[in-house]
Amino acid sequence: MNVQGFTPLPALLGGALLGLSASWLLAANGRVAGISGIVAGALPGSGGAPRAWRGAFLAGLVLMAAALAALSPALFATPEGRPWWLLGLSGLLTGFGTRLGGGCTSGHGVCGLSRRSPRSLAATGTFMALGFLTVYLARHVLGGAS
Amino acid sequence: MKALLSAFGAGALFSAGLSVAGMTRPSKVLAFLDLAGAWDPSLMLVMCGAIGVHGLYWLFDGKRDRALLGGAVERPSKTGVDKRLLLGAALFGVGWGLGGYCPGPAVASLGAGSRDAVVFVLAMLAGLWVCDRVVPAPER
Repeated sequence: MNVQGFTPLPALLGGALLGLSASWLLAANGRVAGISGIVAGALPGSGGAPRAWRGAFLAGLVLMAAALAALSPALFATPEGRPWWLLGLSGLLTGFGTRLGGGCTSGHGVCGLSRRSPRSLAATGTFMALGFLTVYLARHVLGGAS
Repeated sequence: MKALLSAFGAGALFSAGLSVAGMTRPSKVLAFLDLAGAWDPSLMLVMCGAIGVHGLYWLFDGKRDRALLGGAVERPSKTGVDKRLLLGAALFGVGWGLGGYCPGPAVASLGAGSRDAVVFVLAMLAGLWVCDRVVPAPER
């Protein structure tokens, strides 16, 4: 196996910050830090779900990224020249799939696994497996640039 | 008001975690998913760090039923694995593998003015909307 670009310390530190944020939100606000669910619940017409805290969380997410990008734009670098249809298809599947499956990398992957939920373990195993498979097919079978 | 400030702070911390970890760079996420190429295992350690800290929290304070700032602590009630969960996770996995964005890093990257993130998030909202229209469900 050919390992490249491994950054163990920032990865562990960043991960610990994610865990801290999820713990804080759960203890102080009583809420689960699942981003796809927070986005869905923040939209107008999302039923009786309280929207204000979700809006505040998302504002923190976006504004901190804006501040960090001003200091170091490289943190948010994207691959050059990706076609819009690829990003659109990727986003569409992500929105539909996380809504149907009730969570994403944060809700199932971080929060769910931390409380040892069998549902979240099944979901995380599934999206990781399909992620590996999709990149394998795109890069090594079809030879696409994704 | 306190609850809103707290949620804002948690969101800001989450954003810092994602960017320090490198998850806001799709190329890094895709390099993790590319087992057969130049593999970058960093994301495994991101998960270890996050689950390490949040798992410890659950160990020590997992029985809390009132939040510090008031209100009940939200508890996901479903426990069984069903087709809907697996199909949803599978579709998300394909989307993740195509773009290298999951919802958190994509939304955060809006703040960095990333064109890729804008296209991705708009499409993500459309996907979410379509799911609510074609798969009516009282709870997910």
